Amino acid sequence: MTKSLSFVRTQMLPQQAPPVTERGAVKWLRENLFSGWFNSLLTVLGALAVVWLLQATLPWLLNGVWTANSLGECRSIIAASAGEGAVGACWAMIRERWHQFLFGFYPIEAYWRPVLAFGLLFVALAPVLYFGLRRTNMLMIGITGALTVLALLGVHTDSAHVLLVAVILLALLGVAAVAPTKLLWFTLIYPAVAFYLLWGGSVWGPVGVLLGLAIMAAIWWLLQARLGVVVATSVGFVAACVWWLALQSYLTTPLANAMPLGLSAVNSDKFGGFLLSFVIGIAAISASLPLGILLALGRRSDMLLVKSLSVGFIEFVRGVPLITMLFTASLLLQYFLPPRTNIDLILRVIILVTLFASAYIAEVIRGGLAALPRGQYEAADALGLDYWQAQRLIIMPQALKISIPGIVSSFIGLFKDTTLVALVGLADPLQGITKIVRADINWKGIYWEPFIFVGAIFFLVCFGMSRYSMYLERKLKTDHR
Amino acid sequence: MKKSVFFGALAATTMFTGAAFAGTLDDVKARGELICGSNVALTGFGAPDAAGNYVGFDVDLCKALAAAVLGDATKVKYVPTTGETRFTALASGEVDVLIRNSTWTFSRDTDLKFDFVAVNYYDGQGFMVKKDLGVSSAKELDGATVCIQTGTTTELNLADFFKHNNISYTPVTVGDDAEAQRQYEAGACDTFTTDASGLASNRAAMADPTNHIILPEIISKEPLGPLVRHGDNNWGDVVRWTYYALVAAEEKGITKANLEELATKAAADPNSDPEVKRLLGIGDDDLGAMIGLDKEWAKRAIAASGNYGEIFEANIGTATPIGLARGLNAQWTQGGLQYAPPFR
Repeated sequence: MTKSLSFVRTQMLPQQAPPVTERGAVKWLRENLFSGWFNSLLTVLGALAVVWLLQATLPWLLNGVWTANSLGECRSIIAASAGEGAVGACWAMIRERWHQFLFGFYPIEAYWRPVLAFGLLFVALAPVLYFGLRRTNMLMIGITGALTVLALLGVHTDSAHVLLVAVILLALLGVAAVAPTKLLWFTLIYPAVAFYLLWGGSVWGPVGVLLGLAIMAAIWWLLQARLGVVVATSVGFVAACVWWLALQSYLTTPLANAMPLGLSAVNSDKFGGFLLSFVIGIAAISASLPLGILLALGRRSDMLLVKSLSVGFIEFVRGVPLITMLFTASLLLQYFLPPRTNIDLILRVIILVTLFASAYIAEVIRGGLAALPRGQYEAADALGLDYWQAQRLIIMPQALKISIPGIVSSFIGLFKDTTLVALVGLADPLQGITKIVRADINWKGIYWEPFIFVGAIFFLVCFGMSRYSMYLERKLKTDHR
Repeated sequence: MKKSVFFGALAATTMFTGAAFAGTLDDVKARGELICGSNVALTGFGAPDAAGNYVGFDVDLCKALAAAVLGDATKVKYVPTTGETRFTALASGEVDVLIRNSTWTFSRDTDLKFDFVAVNYYDGQGFMVKKDLGVSSAKELDGATVCIQTGTTTELNLADFFKHNNISYTPVTVGDDAEAQRQYEAGACDTFTTDASGLASNRAAMADPTNHIILPEIISKEPLGPLVRHGDNNWGDVVRWTYYALVAAEEKGITKANLEELATKAAADPNSDPEVKRLLGIGDDDLGAMIGLDKEWAKRAIAASGNYGEIFEANIGTATPIGLARGLNAQWTQGGLQYAPPFR
């Protein structure tokens, strides 16, 4: 039954290159840029737009001047090098005023304090972002430490302070190497450390406040098993308030007299530029997340009072523009409070911005809670967990994971919204400092340069946050959809 | 200058009576610091320099006031205020005095419950045009496009002026001074209008100042001056007479440099000008005691940054890049409006 075949190839043909239209750059171009007449047209138009943009901006960028003392000098340098009528950027303004864009009017000799506070922020964040990962934590703290020391040298800090900072960061690196989970304690006291570094004054004030929190934690620890989480927290809070308002000064005043440790005090009106943005942004971000979680839980609560208060708060705050809140902070509060009470303007703004952000965060998290299947709640109940245990161990980890993109966009929006404080007379980097620089007759008439400089820094920060959230999403992606 | 008066009105309606604040002078003395509401970004008038120190024409008046009251010109805290927040800041007691190029108007003086104590700069709204437009009077601007800041009284003045002269214009609205200048230089508008002092500093900052002219018409009155809360008359007197001491010092030829020399000379010579003697706190008349200050208050005020003319020349005068002429702000003896009532 076999049939003889006339030709059978016994070996494989050598591989041939695909046709020229199906490989390399040509294929890529054909598929991505010229796959039809419409797309080809769009490609050509796009290319023309890019060329036009470059034509308009490149000479301006390339003629940029970095060393000059005034805009007029910039102009004459550009005219001399690129011919009469040429345009160019005057970056010399950034060179002379960069410190005001970054630090506002903070005393120059104390620049190491905000720099160190900023560096320590990443140390404090390390255990939160990468909990228990020894290598990652060490890497993060090591890089932060190196950059902080470099930044300190960049702002001409004296060697004693550089050494001090290096020792502090090395010690923290050591902690990360030995017991990375213990770093969380540093995170807990970080707000007090940052406050002390930025505002200065006696060291005993922040210590007293921390002691109050310690009292609150101790009472919570003792009572929560017997009285429940909510009552224990309330009793702890009341006790802490009693400590702060009535008792603290009896301890801290003698201590401050006996051991007057402290840094020179820096008044809030010296804060400006990105220092102000970061102080407001970071304080509001870190305070609004826990508040938002509580509000989201409150909104889903079965208790009528809790529920209606949460709904009322969220809907009211979301219904009011942020600028209204800022004006309230800066103007109306002065009328409501007794005459001559003067709460720091930055503090007022931080509180209002926090409340504003927490309402948005609450709604984002409520979305996460709503996305959880009912079975998860029932499973938690079936395990015999109480409400707070169920939230902490079962519900929140899943709900927060779902909400990450929303939470991070809220944070990015909040950080950018900090520039709105210019409306109440604070020196934000975008408007406040730019206006001040332009009021100098040497730099009057400068327009794009400050916007580009400030915009670039904002982009770096917001892009960084966005990339981290994408990393976090990938890392936490445990389902297999 | 101007912006909306909404928040100011809000301030007035909710305002505590002046009595609640009676005694700003005592407050300042007790605090050891004068809180001065300032402009943060007006070239020549008030802005921080590269080192973060406030400098400017209005700022020097704050310094003189601090020197008169506290004996130290550096004991001033400058509170940055914006067009919106300035009146509330003053009404609520956040600042002791507002020296922030604010125009003295009827409603601000009465309805908002403030007292304008003097006029330290007579300003007015003007127009700037490119030379090659061939215009020599604002009345020839028929059909022009005008760059104008929104939400300010300059906008209203502009409308009034064009309507009154029966000519038309197209407004190009801009957000602030820097944008106005950019639009004007880019040719988006034929003319650019704001206060004459602002026009001068904008012109000085241009690449080709000689190609631009400021038209002779001044279409509004903008008397700018320090203001205090209504009802605290003693404090108002302190601010007013500190300012007039600077003006009188110029009239009498007392400068920062010859202050001590004149003082010793006047003390030695019984026939010297009695008003100079009173200003410098020499002799029997104690003017300071009448306003709750010591005898040498005016002398210290002059020593802080010099007399009115010196302050003017150092910050905005013809020797500076801004290059404003004295004009209306010259002494009355020179044909201007600066006229200090007698010190006696």
